[in-house]
Amino acid sequence: MGGLQVPLEHVQVLAALLFSCGLLGLMLRRNIIFMLMSLEVMLNSAALAFVAAGARWAEADGQVIFLLILAVAAAEISVGLGLVLQIQRRFKTLDMDNANRLRG
Amino acid sequence: MMENLFYIAAVVALSTTILALTRANAAHALIYLIVSLLAVAVLFFLMGAPFAAALEILIYAGAIMVLFVFVIMMLNLGEAGEDRERIGLHPRNWIIPGLMTALLFVELVYALDQVPALTSGVDVSPKEVGIMLFGPYVLAVELASMLLMAGLVGAYHLGRRFNIRNVRNN
Repeated sequence: MGGLQVPLEHVQVLAALLFSCGLLGLMLRRNIIFMLMSLEVMLNSAALAFVAAGARWAEADGQVIFLLILAVAAAEISVGLGLVLQIQRRFKTLDMDNANRLRG
Repeated sequence: MMENLFYIAAVVALSTTILALTRANAAHALIYLIVSLLAVAVLFFLMGAPFAAALEILIYAGAIMVLFVFVIMMLNLGEAGEDRERIGLHPRNWIIPGLMTALLFVELVYALDQVPALTSGVDVSPKEVGIMLFGPYVLAVELASMLLMAGLVGAYHLGRRFNIRNVRNN
């Protein structure tokens, strides 16, 4: 089974497509839960690119960076969902356009 | 043959991500997002990173998605909750994610008894990752622990029902 079967470029193109989906979702959706999901997709595609590059040269570094991205995603999503609860309580909606004045 | 598995999982990952981000209902979107994360986990497994694949399922598709489900259920549950539940059990809502998950499962079973590393031919074992993590990257581990601590404190602060600023403004 040795040798290169799936070129690294194909994985990177997939990661780029997933990242663009997440970016488009982040820019087009107004519901904060969907914006958080888009952020997850973007972080996940970055992790995919790292793991693919690590696997290409059979080094562990890619998976180490994947672990760090995982920690970042977990911290980001816990704070983000706390913000969702606060926004729902304060504005009675999940539409981010209501929270555009930076006032408490 | 093995590379076809990769491309099938890639198509599943991309299509379910697009479906997830175009749904109107957050709970339906979440199901598609979970399938997308499972597809990425299969990709990791096929690329020879079984540890990353396991963590992707445990933490992304498990812990983080449970947080999402928890918040969505907390916000949506009203008097219409029961009707919503009945609509949610309609096969139209789960048949496509179910079929895609079954496809991924078949792929995984098929790939289990063959050497899975598709990009270099060599697996990177969890042992190597651990040695690397607590060797040259130990500072990054400390930084990640501080980040998680900050996330914990921030989530606790934001999750309280009444905070001080709120009371003062009202």
